[in-house]
Amino acid sequence: MKEQLKSIEQRAKAELEQVSDIKLLEDIRVRFLGKKGELTGILKQMGKLSAEERPVIGQLANTVRADIEAAIADKQALIKSELAEKKLASERLDVTLPGKTPKVGRPHPLNAVLAEVEEVFLGMGFDIVEGPEVESDYYCFEALNMPKHHPARDTQDTFYINENVLLRTQTSSVQIRTMEKKKPPIRIISPGRVYRSDAVDATHSPIFHQIEGLVIDKGVTMADLKGTLELLMKRLYGEEAKIRLRPHHFPYTEPSAEVDLMCFNCHGKGCSMCKHEGYVELLGAGMVHPKVLEECGIDPEVYSGFAFGIGLERITMGRYSINDMRLLYENDMRFLEQF
Amino acid sequence: MDLSMRWLKDYVDLKADVKQFCSDITISGSKVESYGEEGAYLSNVVVGRVEEIERHPDSDHMFVCQVNVGAEELVQIVTGAQNVNKGDYVPAALHKSTVLHEGKEVKITKGKLRGIASNGMLCSLSELGLTVHDFPYAIEDGIFILGDDCDKTLGMDIREAIGFNDTTVEFEITSNRPDCMSVIGLARETAATYGIPYNVKKPEYKGIDGDVNDYLKVAIHNTDLCKRYIGAIVKNVKIEPSPRWMRERLRASGVRPINNLVDITNFVMLEYGRPMHAFDLRYVEGGEINVRNAAEGEKITTLDGVERTLTSNMLVIADAKKPVAIAGIMGGEYSGIMEDTTTVVFESACFDGASVMTTSKKLGMRTDASARYEKGLDPHECYEALMRACQLVEELGAGEVIRNYIDCNYQSEEPRTVEFNADWINRFLGTDIPEAQMIEYLNRLEIKVENGKAISPWFRIDLGVKADIAEEVARLYDYNNIPDTIIRGVAEAKLTDKQKFERSIRQALIAMGINEIATFSFISPKYFDKIRLPEDSKLRNTVKIINPLGEDTSVMRTTVLPSVCEVLARNYNFRNPEAYVFEMASEYLPVEGQELPVEPVRLGIGVYDTQDSFDFFDLKGIVEGIMKKAGVTGYEVSRPGENCTFDEVVSFHPGRSAVISCDGVELGIFGELHPAVCENYGIGTRAYAAKINIPELMEKGTDEHKYTPLPKFPATTRDISVLCDAELPAAELEKAIRGAVGGILEKVTLFDVYTGEQIGEGKKSVSYSISMRSHEGTLTDEQADKAMEKVVKALAALGAERR
Repeated sequence: MKEQLKSIEQRAKAELEQVSDIKLLEDIRVRFLGKKGELTGILKQMGKLSAEERPVIGQLANTVRADIEAAIADKQALIKSELAEKKLASERLDVTLPGKTPKVGRPHPLNAVLAEVEEVFLGMGFDIVEGPEVESDYYCFEALNMPKHHPARDTQDTFYINENVLLRTQTSSVQIRTMEKKKPPIRIISPGRVYRSDAVDATHSPIFHQIEGLVIDKGVTMADLKGTLELLMKRLYGEEAKIRLRPHHFPYTEPSAEVDLMCFNCHGKGCSMCKHEGYVELLGAGMVHPKVLEECGIDPEVYSGFAFGIGLERITMGRYSINDMRLLYENDMRFLEQF
Repeated sequence: MDLSMRWLKDYVDLKADVKQFCSDITISGSKVESYGEEGAYLSNVVVGRVEEIERHPDSDHMFVCQVNVGAEELVQIVTGAQNVNKGDYVPAALHKSTVLHEGKEVKITKGKLRGIASNGMLCSLSELGLTVHDFPYAIEDGIFILGDDCDKTLGMDIREAIGFNDTTVEFEITSNRPDCMSVIGLARETAATYGIPYNVKKPEYKGIDGDVNDYLKVAIHNTDLCKRYIGAIVKNVKIEPSPRWMRERLRASGVRPINNLVDITNFVMLEYGRPMHAFDLRYVEGGEINVRNAAEGEKITTLDGVERTLTSNMLVIADAKKPVAIAGIMGGEYSGIMEDTTTVVFESACFDGASVMTTSKKLGMRTDASARYEKGLDPHECYEALMRACQLVEELGAGEVIRNYIDCNYQSEEPRTVEFNADWINRFLGTDIPEAQMIEYLNRLEIKVENGKAISPWFRIDLGVKADIAEEVARLYDYNNIPDTIIRGVAEAKLTDKQKFERSIRQALIAMGINEIATFSFISPKYFDKIRLPEDSKLRNTVKIINPLGEDTSVMRTTVLPSVCEVLARNYNFRNPEAYVFEMASEYLPVEGQELPVEPVRLGIGVYDTQDSFDFFDLKGIVEGIMKKAGVTGYEVSRPGENCTFDEVVSFHPGRSAVISCDGVELGIFGELHPAVCENYGIGTRAYAAKINIPELMEKGTDEHKYTPLPKFPATTRDISVLCDAELPAAELEKAIRGAVGGILEKVTLFDVYTGEQIGEGKKSVSYSISMRSHEGTLTDEQADKAMEKVVKALAALGAERR
């Protein structure tokens, strides 16, 4: 019987060597270890053995069973892992094929930049105030120290609805409306659409956007205006941003300034991007004219303030290197999807 | 304003080069737009003398010249011109030179003309970029023979020899500084910028005996619009070209030289910024100058040959019978100086700025004179301009000036003063400038400071408040030297609820894959036809622009729909396969009895997609997504009814459009665009649009979110299929189910709609999955069965039978 057991073990192991299929493996298990298997058959003949032989053969039979079982388990693990490998190999993809992007919309570039500017101002304590686009002459001009026939009106070609109603040429109208309602301290920006009768071309549009700022309080100085603009530009364009102020004239501010940003390309030396000026004109600003304060019921002897106006198109086009303003209003998907 | 640097240097000893000057004077307040050198395109063109000239052996119209250009050897040049003689001084363009030909730059190199070597070219005026106005003794179609007003040093650069080398600086002068629209004004600013002296002498003239009143009577009939009128008489006028120094200064300033008298008036206007006029006394009937309003409908033919019809608010200069000039704008046809003019009236007057501006706008005439008057000139300055003109007449020998002159309506006034307070200025600017320095700055600008008052010179019409004085100090101090400080005090800022709401809706749309657009807020009234609005639609009542750029942009939109359609159409035209767009846009709705319209914000959405399927329900999903984002819960979607508040309902496919409403308020309309609308816009595919009223949406929505405990007990789900009329809206079935199940209802999901032969025409089969759950315990089968019985009954009541 000893020999028989040895033979079973050898044959089983030999067969296991050959097998590579999980189903055949099960067949081997059944054939050798199953209820009707060879090993069971041998054990059934144990009764015939002597009392001395029985424990010896019994132990041997158990060892043989354990060995075969272990061999089957090993083989099973091997086959499984081989199968897994094979499956992984068969599932190999060309990862360079195109991805499937879910549709993602984009904010309009003007609004993307506006949101950024608004964040900067909110952080500096400026509320955002809106006002009507169809506006009365009073809020757009007269209250801003530009009575009828004022020569400065000439520079803002205005669309009129009737003698007293027009499309606002600047969002300064919102500043007047704010000062009428709210007493200082005032710290606001008023973004919005403005209208001037310029024909459409690469740098002009009859509709464009302004962001005007207004600060009124006791003891507000021109140095504060400079500091605020400097800070704004650094936040928008980075720490390297440098501005330059030039005297200018606006009827609603005194002193008035135009503010230039140093050209990023040439750092003020002059290049083709800045038309060899070293600076790019950016915005208008100034100390609120005392007549404007008076008109709004604010005592210019007690309060002072500053105002500034930024063209949103200008900064947006600068930011994204857009060279034609018409693109902003054409709404071509191929353009919009770039931002 | 174009400034001749040569002219400027007559008055200030400027050391800086032109680039530095432009930068410096811009920073001190006079903005330079650009600058350029005259004749910069010319190169290697020199003064030459024709030493020998003979006919070309093979041509009957060409000549061979030997030209002395100051070098050892003569230069042989062939010319086709007929006006060259031996001994003439000529502009000689040498080998490798640049001249103009028909306005374009051309290179000249040596070559052969009919076999004879020609090593350059003799130039005409036009080849140098000049005209006979610049050198009246020269001829148009021939070589420019240099006259005695040119430097005849052989070999000298031609530009230098003929004074064609000035630099012109173009300034942008702001409307508050008409005094800077003059050479003297800018010389003053230049001197102030550098703190150097400027030398303008008071003009004087000798004059001859006689009485101006024997020739001229002046009457001002409207003293409000004419603050002063000075008239002088020049006798024995000799009309001839003015000298080179005057011509070249005019040319560099962009004014064409004409003759001595005309040039003098232009010269004075440029130099002093004071427009002048010269009348031929022969055409001033009765020797009368009447400054009066025009008669309504009165006519005048102006110098440019155009007949103008005047209105009674326009000011004219008239003689005894007729207008001879439109005050401050342009003279009449016969008022000007002619070859045979012998006696001239010089006018130096002060007309009201607003009146000149209104008249010049109405007549569409903007002249150098009107551009100066309309900004408001001071009457005191008339005098010096007249003196200067008379001085120039004597200097040029252009005539004899009668010593006395007529000065009408001159009111001498105290000089204007403004409070000067150095402490206040420093507090206002945030600076620490010593008082003495401030006073020095002001003195440079001819603003005197006495007893706490800044005394404004007459030419400064713009100094009215103390902030104006602060600006004068600040600009000479240099704005950029003012420190940068941070505003004191703390301020808190936050978005308003409206701003937050609109931002969140925009973000939701972007997240849903829709691109934001920006469209013009004015449209064409024809667009209402394109979207099929009925004639009597309230949306056709618009805010109209009286001076639009064109009809396409002539009314403010009352609906965002055309803007959205326009964008879809444009993208379709560009052959873009899809467009998913939205805009938060204002509509402008007139309100009866109110001056200003209301400007409510609307959400406009537009979609077409020729690649992936997009249908009504995709759009409805987007709209419902917005409802969810807005926090609107109890909304209803239904087919638009008879009384739909959206007039745009006609723009949609009648069977594929819906309104969304909440508590009886219609919030929006959406659906497939009507095929006729697509056709009108040239959109060749199904397109979809929506319009949602943002204020109403915000009103019905809430941004409050409260946590509901997650369920502890399992849900029970039952499915039901019913057969009903195909026209019965699914929403009614769902409503019935909700009512029948009551409180334990968790969710109703429609999972199938079927129509087909098996169930008969006009019928549909609809299947729902109904999920029920109780928060008190696990639902029993009995509870669920009972609920389902009610559902069957409720559906049956709608004519929907269980299958």
